[in-house]
Amino acid sequence: MVKQVIVGAHYGLRGWLTQRVTGLVMAIFTVAFIVVLIAAEPTSHFKWRELFSGHAMKLATFLFVVALLLHSWVGMRDILMDYARPMGVRLALEILVVVLLVAWGGWALLILWSVR
Amino acid sequence: MSEEISEPPIEAVPQIRRPKYLNLFEIRLPLPGLLSILHRISGFALFLAIPGLLWLLQSSLASTDSFVRYREAIAHPLVKLMLIGLLWAFLHHLFAGLRFLLMDMHVGVQLEAARRNSAVVIVAAVVLTIIGGIWLW
Repeated sequence: MVKQVIVGAHYGLRGWLTQRVTGLVMAIFTVAFIVVLIAAEPTSHFKWRELFSGHAMKLATFLFVVALLLHSWVGMRDILMDYARPMGVRLALEILVVVLLVAWGGWALLILWSVR
Repeated sequence: MSEEISEPPIEAVPQIRRPKYLNLFEIRLPLPGLLSILHRISGFALFLAIPGLLWLLQSSLASTDSFVRYREAIAHPLVKLMLIGLLWAFLHHLFAGLRFLLMDMHVGVQLEAARRNSAVVIVAAVVLTIIGGIWLW
């Protein structure tokens, strides 16, 4: 048996765990959101806005968005590690993904908190 | 430190000549493999869809004028088709992800069970997409 002593920052384990925890958070949000939709029946623009007017809904959605961004980062990093082999190309694409995700996160915040 | 570790002699490892397919169309994936590559493809598609979905959320919430634009956008057949495609991507990614979580807990890891629950995931995502697609159209 080849015995490997794993040292270092455990990036792999952290990514693995992040992927699972954030996935579970999004799965739970999805079920809860469907229940809320069935209960509130937001059939008009007014009711749809009202659904997002409270702090609880804003925070729950924000939690979903944060989970989505972390989840996307780990997933896209996995894809780039497999297919973008030249280091320079991989680094450039990783930076692009991070910039896009942070920008989209900011956009989601603006959308949610502009609903009164 | 590495000197203390006893490794098996190289000769003891049987030399298996594995087929090496570099042509993607010659690779015949087993069902769990198909589920896995679809999990990756659906995840990538969902990543690409984030800005479009954010735009839809924004216009549905911002004002009554933008809500009209949102309704017009989702009424377009091409947008509807894309949303149904994304519905499939979301469902497949969700179900396959839950299956991976169960496998982490050693549920359904035997070959026969893995084949069976892969089929369940693939079929369930497609069937629910068809039902949702008919309902949304």
